Amino acid sequence: MSWFKRVKGGISTTTDEKKEVPEGLWEKCPQCKKTISKSDLRENKYVCPEDGYHFRIGSEEYFNILFDDGVYTELDADLMGADPLKFVDKKPYDSRLLEAQEKTGLKDACRNAVGKMNDIDFVVSCMDFSFIGGSMGSVMGEKIARAIDFAREHRIPVMVISKSGGARMMEAAFSLMQMAKTSAKLALLDREGIPYISLLTDPTTGGVTASFAMLGDFNIAEPGALIGFAGPRVIKETIGKDLPKGFQSAEFVMEHGFVDLIVPRTELKTKLTNLLQLLQIEKAKPISVPRKKKKTAEEAE
Amino acid sequence: MQILDFEKPIIELQKQLEKARELAIKDDKKGTREKAVAELEENLEKLKKQLYTHLTGWQKVQISRHPERPYTEDYINNITENFVELHGDRNVKDDKAIIGGFASIDGQTVMILGQQKGRNTKERQYRNFGMPNPEGYRKALRLMKLAEKFNKPIITLIDTPGAYPGLEAEERGQGEAIARNLREMSVLKVPVICIIIGEGASGGALGIGIGDKVLMMEYTWYSVISPESCSSILWRSWDFKEKAADALKLTADQMLDNGLIDGIIKEPLGGAHNEPEKAYKNVKAEIKKQLKDLIDMDAEVRIMKRIEKFSNMGVYAA
Ligand SMILES: [Zn+2]
Repeated sequence: MSWFKRVKGGISTTTDEKKEVPEGLWEKCPQCKKTISKSDLRENKYVCPEDGYHFRIGSEEYFNILFDDGVYTELDADLMGADPLKFVDKKPYDSRLLEAQEKTGLKDACRNAVGKMNDIDFVVSCMDFSFIGGSMGSVMGEKIARAIDFAREHRIPVMVISKSGGARMMEAAFSLMQMAKTSAKLALLDREGIPYISLLTDPTTGGVTASFAMLGDFNIAEPGALIGFAGPRVIKETIGKDLPKGFQSAEFVMEHGFVDLIVPRTELKTKLTNLLQLLQIEKAKPISVPRKKKKTAEEAE
Repeated sequence: MQILDFEKPIIELQKQLEKARELAIKDDKKGTREKAVAELEENLEKLKKQLYTHLTGWQKVQISRHPERPYTEDYINNITENFVELHGDRNVKDDKAIIGGFASIDGQTVMILGQQKGRNTKERQYRNFGMPNPEGYRKALRLMKLAEKFNKPIITLIDTPGAYPGLEAEERGQGEAIARNLREMSVLKVPVICIIIGEGASGGALGIGIGDKVLMMEYTWYSVISPESCSSILWRSWDFKEKAADALKLTADQMLDNGLIDGIIKEPLGGAHNEPEKAYKNVKAEIKKQLKDLIDMDAEVRIMKRIEKFSNMGVYAA
C-alpha cells in the first residue's frame, strides 16, 4: 500500500497538495480568473492576492500556516476508517474508503496535530475536504474527541478547522452519533475553562455545523465560506423560492449573530495568537509529547 | 384505518373471514363452516405474526409514519396526569413542532417534551409536520434547564422527519440550536430518558436525544438520513428507498445490535396504532422502570456515564 508509506514518511503534503491544487506552476483564481504562480499563492496562504479569494486547502497546508516553522507532531495518525455497517450503495463503502486513501494519501478526512503557534502550545484538528468531501464518520468523531481530551489533559487551547459537507452517510447512525460524542467532550472542556476555537471554512454544513463547529468559545470564519445546517439546494426545494444573494455566506452568518469574527487566512495566525494571549491560560503541566522535527522525504527513506 | 401496501394479504384474509362468519351464522347444520371459520382465524393470526415479525427496514419506516400512530401528545395524555404545557423559547416565538411541560407519572413529576405531528392537513401545517425550527430546540432546552433547576427527570419523545430546512431556520441558527442542545444535554444533572416513538431523523431527532437511556419503540427508525433522501443522494434516484433503508440499518433491532441505543420498547402486533392502550402501557412501564434505576444514581456519576456512552460510539481501524 503505497499511500501508507508516504503518510508514514511525513510527506503526505505533496500528494495532498496535488489533489487540492491542480498540477503545474500556475494557478487560476476561480473568482477573478487571474493566473498566479504557485509559490506566490503558497506565500500568500493560498489566498488570491488580487481579490482575496480563499483557495480550498487541506490539513497539511493549515498546519504549515499555523505552526511555527511548520513544525508539529501529528497525533492519532493511525486511525482510519472501517465499515461498521458493511454499507453498499452503488459501490461498497470499504472500496470507496480504499480509493479515497489511495487518491489522497490520507487515512480519513481529519488529522490532529500539536505544536507551537508563536510559542503557544496549541492542538488542532483539521479536516481534509479531498477525502470523501470531508464527511464526518467515526474516525473524524474520534479524532476530534481525542484532540479535545489532549487539550484537557495538558490544559492547552484546541481548535477544530471544519471543511465538510456533513455526515458520512455510509456510516449512518454511527456518523450521527459523532455529533453527540464531540459535543459531549466539548461540554467537559467547557467545564474546565479551556478555550475552544472553531474555524469555519468553505464549506461547513450539516451535522458538523449542528455540533462542534457552532460550539466554539470563538466561532471564526474564513471570508466567503459557505456555512449552514441544511444545504442550499435542500432549502431551495423546501421553500420553492430562490435564495437571496450571499445566503449562508460567512458574512451572512456573522450578520445573524452566529460567528464572532471573520479572519482572512493571511491574518489567521496573528489573530489567533493575539486572542489566546489575551486569555492568559495557565498550563497545568508541561507538554510531554516529543517535539520531533518533521521528517523530510529523504530522511524517511 | 389506513392500510399499508404490505398489509394487503391480511386485509384479504380478514374479508374472507368475515364472509365465512356470515355464512356460518346463516346455515351451518353440520358445523363444517364453523370449522372453516376457525381455520381462517388461525391462518389470519399466523399470517399476522409471520408478516410483522419479519418486516423489512422500509416496512418499519412505513409503520413509524402511519397516520394513526400515537404522537407525543397522545403519550402525554395517556401516561401522565396534570400536564401543564409550557410555551416559547423566551426569545423569538413558540415553536408548535415541539411541545412540553411538567406532568406527573404516578406521583413522580417529570418534564416531558417531544416533537408533535398533526393528524389532518390543517394540524400538520400548524405543527410544521413535526419539523422544529431553532426556537423549538431552544424551547426544549429552556424546559430541560427548568427541570434541572427543580430536580425533575426529563422524558423526551422523538418523532420527526428532521429539523426544518428553511430560510428563517438558517437565519436563526438551526445548527447552533441543535449543537447547543447536544452539549448542554450531556451535562444535565437530572436523569434523561429519550424514546423514539416514530421517526428519528438525523440531527433533528438527536437535538432532543442525548439521554442516560435512549430507547426505540419496536417499529420505529433512527438514522442520519431518511431512506428516501439517502436513495436520492447515493443512488441519484428516489427509487432505491428500500435498499437504502436496509443499508442504513435503521431499525430498533439493528440500532441495539450496533450499541447505538440502550433498549427497545415492545409494541402491539402490527404497530402502536393497532392497540394504542397497550403501547401507552408499555411506554409508561419502561419509563418507570428506567427512572427507578436512574434516580438513585449520583448526578455526577450519571453525567459521566452518559458522556462515556456516547464517547464509545464509533468504529474505526488503527
Ligand atoms: Zn482572484
